[in-house]
Amino acid sequence: MSTEAPATPEIGVGDYQYGFHYGTEDYVFRGRKGIDRDIVKQISQIKKEPKWMLDFRLEALDIFFQKPMPKWGGALSELDFQDIFYYVRASDKQETSWESLPDDIRKTYDRLGIPEAEKKYLAGVKAQYESEVVYGSLQEDLANKGVIFTDTDSALREHPELFREYFGTVIPSADNKFAALNSAVWSGGSFIYVPKGVQIEFPLQAYFRINSENMGQFERTLIIVDEGASIHYVEGCTAPTYSSESLHSAVVEIIVKRNARCRYTTIQNWSNNVYNLVTKRAMAYGDSLMEWVDGNLGSKLTMKYPAIYLMEPGARGETLSIAFANHGQHQDAGAKMVHCAPHTSSRIISKSISKGGGRASYRGLVKVENNAHHCKSNVVCDALILDSASRSDTYPYIEVDQDNVAIEHEASVSKIAEEQLLYLMSRGMTETEASAMIVTGFIEPLVKELPMEYAVEMNRLIELQMEGSVG
Amino acid sequence: MRLSKKVRDGMSSLLKIIDLHVSVEDKPILHGVSLEIRQGEIHALMGPNGSGKSTLAYTLVGHPKYEITSGSIEVDGTPLNELDPCERARKGLFLAFQYPVTIPGVKVSDFLRHAVTNVRNPERKDGESLMPMREFRKELKQKMEELGMDTEFARRYLNEGFSGGEKKRMEILQLAMLQPKFAILDETDSGLDSDAVRVVSEGVRKLSGPQMGVLIITHHERLLEYNVPQFTHVMLAGKIVETGDAALAHELHNHGYAQIRERHPVEAAEEQSRQNRPETVGVATAVAK
Repeated sequence: MSTEAPATPEIGVGDYQYGFHYGTEDYVFRGRKGIDRDIVKQISQIKKEPKWMLDFRLEALDIFFQKPMPKWGGALSELDFQDIFYYVRASDKQETSWESLPDDIRKTYDRLGIPEAEKKYLAGVKAQYESEVVYGSLQEDLANKGVIFTDTDSALREHPELFREYFGTVIPSADNKFAALNSAVWSGGSFIYVPKGVQIEFPLQAYFRINSENMGQFERTLIIVDEGASIHYVEGCTAPTYSSESLHSAVVEIIVKRNARCRYTTIQNWSNNVYNLVTKRAMAYGDSLMEWVDGNLGSKLTMKYPAIYLMEPGARGETLSIAFANHGQHQDAGAKMVHCAPHTSSRIISKSISKGGGRASYRGLVKVENNAHHCKSNVVCDALILDSASRSDTYPYIEVDQDNVAIEHEASVSKIAEEQLLYLMSRGMTETEASAMIVTGFIEPLVKELPMEYAVEMNRLIELQMEGSVG
Repeated sequence: MRLSKKVRDGMSSLLKIIDLHVSVEDKPILHGVSLEIRQGEIHALMGPNGSGKSTLAYTLVGHPKYEITSGSIEVDGTPLNELDPCERARKGLFLAFQYPVTIPGVKVSDFLRHAVTNVRNPERKDGESLMPMREFRKELKQKMEELGMDTEFARRYLNEGFSGGEKKRMEILQLAMLQPKFAILDETDSGLDSDAVRVVSEGVRKLSGPQMGVLIITHHERLLEYNVPQFTHVMLAGKIVETGDAALAHELHNHGYAQIRERHPVEAAEEQSRQNRPETVGVATAVAK
């Protein structure tokens, strides 16, 4: 491991200071494209997994083969499952050369003021970004409280009982085709256990504790927040993440026990060749609070509907999502709220922007089971369409098996009002600057929920998108 | 070139409106308006509803719906007709809107920092750096205090949830920060209680001076009491039919427009026929919805 990274990386938009790094074991593996039982067996062998995990993977693989491609959402016909690497050992990772990167991505890095070492990591030029800065004290502090924060492969080895108790319980392999695929070939991801009553004050960030596998194509994340505990977890990054692989299919499972709180923030900005098909679900128990904050800027097609199952009375669920669909992009994103118990409440706020022929769809489900009386749900989706070539759709599904509930749904679609543009332009702003300001304001209710450095980068990125210099 | 610019800098700027004809959605509204405003002068523009006062204001600032069919607008001999609202603002034009719009999610301070940076650096390109935060904050705080505004306003979203008076004060704050060469105040005193009118009127008085030419569009007298115009223009049916001094404004305020209509029967007849026309396009659309 080299230690080229400066002790304190200078990052233009704030400090990603909570960095971690875990060593990757050196496996001997020869990667090849395509998916079959052999590949899945090899993956499991290399990782020296227990038999139950191999069985789990193989069963999932069968389900994957059986399930048809979803007919709704985005266009998936160009996705060729046999033309994809399903497992790549860290040291075998294809390192892209800096020169071969698309111009727009390089430009964006420069405009965002991302430091050299970090740029190379994001661009896939460097397989790992070394950041061991505050690893010591923070990790020790968490460990003293009994918090487990590690990558998912290590968790399977080091905490086998805890792992097995929860793994695959929130999202079974049979949930959907892509959850099955992930279950068969998963690698990396984060595993977090927060013990009873432990409150983690600062957001835990996956960004710079990423080792090569963490932000892989098929990462698997499992978070257990025990009774009365709380955590804010942040993954992804606002800067464009270049991947030469065309499929990203993650699974995130979260269990929020009684009186616990969990907020999970994601910013996704994959390069525009990536299919981003992610299954995220949380189970929220009595008087707990689960929040998804989800931003989707990149990818060719994203299909992602973070779900919350409200399992016991008093559970609350909230999803805030932003999608920005630019030229050549389809963001099919939304949320699912399933009220399984009485006196539960949920809220969905979705904001989408489409521009340059991009398409943004809100797809959401609010479901109330028949015993779940006195439930409340509030859904607000606002779409902003910036030009006539772009498109926005709303697919709100509501299934209610109970009369005694309060469900509200509001949707609006707007264009930038001429009067707003005139007002800002009459104060010296160019049309581009004025539009960017209106868009930034449109998503402000969401952006202000992000950690500071993400918020700043997000706004900067919106400005770049509006200039048309990106993607 | 260099010499002539120097010569101009030594003089006060001149906003010249020459025989301006303007249509909105192919409907002619202004029928040849001419007006000259020098930096440091205060002009009042009065006239009954629908006479074209706001049309003139929107046309000056470059509203895309207001089409100049003939005539021109110039600042120091440079025509503005083809410039967009942004470029006009950077040349020193400012309109205090009668109905300022709400921009949700955009903080007053962010908006003003962009605006001030652009207007003070007319050559600025998108993405170039903004006025330093500390310097900007200091200036903003000072201007807000001078206008008796709570600095809390800087953190609110632009005009969102503002009362009528707060919106108008926000326009005056922008005027104070942008220090334009020419300010057009479109009924900045309308819809306000007397306290708010006083605040706004005093604000304008503090801000105007030898560096600012002001065109005040108003129905009321208070704004003009605080800001006595050297010239008063009366508009009727899309034309300026009379020009006088402050006394004319006073007379109109006391006696209304009956005498003006008597003295200008042609325009009065045109005004009458405009009122008898089917409703304007804008209203018709609203009904259709």
